[in-house]
Amino acid sequence: MPAIALSILVVFLPLSLVTIGGGQSAVADMHRQIVDLHGWMTASQFVDAFAISRLAPGPGSLLATLIGWRIAGPWGALAATIGIFGPTALLIYGVAHIWSRFEGARLLKAMERGLRPVAAGTILAASYVLLASLDSGWIGRGLALASTALLMATPINPLLLIGGGAGCFALLHLVGLA
Amino acid sequence: MPVSTPEPPSPAQLFLIFARIGLTSFGGGLSGWLLREFVQQRKLMSEEDFLNGLSIAQALPGVNVTNMAIWIGYRLGGRNGAIASWLGIVVPAALLIVLISTAFSALAGFALTHVALAGAACAAIGLSLSMGLTAARRVPRRAFPLAIMAVTFVAVAILQWPLIWTVLVAGSLSVAVSYSRG
Repeated sequence: MPAIALSILVVFLPLSLVTIGGGQSAVADMHRQIVDLHGWMTASQFVDAFAISRLAPGPGSLLATLIGWRIAGPWGALAATIGIFGPTALLIYGVAHIWSRFEGARLLKAMERGLRPVAAGTILAASYVLLASLDSGWIGRGLALASTALLMATPINPLLLIGGGAGCFALLHLVGLA
Repeated sequence: MPVSTPEPPSPAQLFLIFARIGLTSFGGGLSGWLLREFVQQRKLMSEEDFLNGLSIAQALPGVNVTNMAIWIGYRLGGRNGAIASWLGIVVPAALLIVLISTAFSALAGFALTHVALAGAACAAIGLSLSMGLTAARRVPRRAFPLAIMAVTFVAVAILQWPLIWTVLVAGSLSVAVSYSRG
């Protein structure tokens, strides 16, 4: 495995264990490490990859796979995938294994309740970081907020919304506004 | 295995079921799909077993759906079932996302591609933000949990502290307080 793939693995392994409430919570830190710390991608490449990972089916954490692929091809993709999914996979496997003997109801409840505010904080932080790295100015931020409002108020299909965002920008571009 | 079923699926079948779910699931809501597939239609698991798994999958770190794949795979097929289910949910979708991104790169010469992708990204940020707001709404309206949420946000978004330490410290503090409250 090439050295760069190893560095990618080292970035994603610890991130795996802080993806509480889904992959969203790690996006802010991925951005910090991939763009700011290592300079492996530009902020706009990162946002592109984020958009593709939301368009594609499957777990959202495949963003890591895509980042690894963009940085270092197949080895990078493999390293990032193992890194982001491996540790948590072992953890839930271990819990499933001992569950029958595990009197964990109270601890489990405490974990679920206690991690709720942490998950909310990290997911909001991810949204903040992504909003801040948009290079499409106020039109883009307005679109992001409108999409948030639509998602919260209506049962709209997210894929339709993302396609709509793409179409909206393409249209603005064609009439010379963006 | 405590399974209340007619015929537990083989690892190969588990792989195929999860591959299909992984490749057709867009934008969340996956636990609903899993419930329909394994509990309601195939009756391979009891609802209680499923819901236990779901609350563990949500409490532990990791993507809920991959956690659920391992949980369900383990309950139905032991170690091999867990491995097959995990590979099923991750590998086909990983190959597809690389293909999709390659298709986008092939179109990268056109300015319109980047513009459309930027528009898609803006709308996609809405997914992240609405999930964050929904999560925030479920935080109890008490000083301590609200403070934990605010401190986590500021540490990660503004101060850009490493996520792992922030989550470890804020998370264990918050879990300890929840536990002591009973």
